[in-house]
Amino acid sequence: MIEITTQPIDTQALLGQVSAPEAGAVVLFLGTTRQITSGRQTASLDYECYPEMARDKLAELEAEARKRWPLIGCAIVHRIGHLEIGEASVAVVVSTAHRHAAFEAGQWLIDTLKEVVPIWKKENWASGESQWVHPGMETPRVTCNSTDCNSADIV
Amino acid sequence: MKVRVRLFAVAKQLAGTDEVTLEVPDGSTLAKLRLALAAEVPAIAAVLPHILFAAGSEYITDDSLVPANGELACIPPVSGG
Repeated sequence: MIEITTQPIDTQALLGQVSAPEAGAVVLFLGTTRQITSGRQTASLDYECYPEMARDKLAELEAEARKRWPLIGCAIVHRIGHLEIGEASVAVVVSTAHRHAAFEAGQWLIDTLKEVVPIWKKENWASGESQWVHPGMETPRVTCNSTDCNSADIV
Repeated sequence: MKVRVRLFAVAKQLAGTDEVTLEVPDGSTLAKLRLALAAEVPAIAAVLPHILFAAGSEYITDDSLVPANGELACIPPVSGG
């Protein structure tokens, strides 16, 4: 199951979705919004995505993980839009008969998600400036007074 | 042919728009389109070397042909999670 949502992630519902009589292990990974990054203080974050491609890529990740590991349940949910500090931006939940496969699959899913799925985060720094995060790239810090600062392109 | 390029994140911010339409010769490669895009939107020229492009939901390479439907997306380094 994959989902892109603007709503808070309901982890209990996800755990319920992957539970099964034959599952002996459930691994839940949550990515949460961090207040301190490289010594700078974050006030909030905004996420945007390329919705059609992000959904397709998440579905490909689930399909690939199911080929590599004997998953029983698998759910990947990414939240987009505006998030406050401490909220979950992403959840990966897998269930398997035994724990090793659940840990491995969960780690592979979040690592690969962060490499290939077209989702981006923007740090809204406590200083009042905002900055898109693009690994390996310098990006401008802009004062948050333009319409772009409120954008959270969603479907 | 006309090509519609969707822009996201810093590319959208720098360009000041979420979409650019370009005219390129039929049979152009992505490498050619990059040059046309840099000329059309100089504000993103400096970041273009970092940016990938996708046709539909698939990443394409510089020697790929611009797809016949003329739809591309400009994908800056991703930072989900």
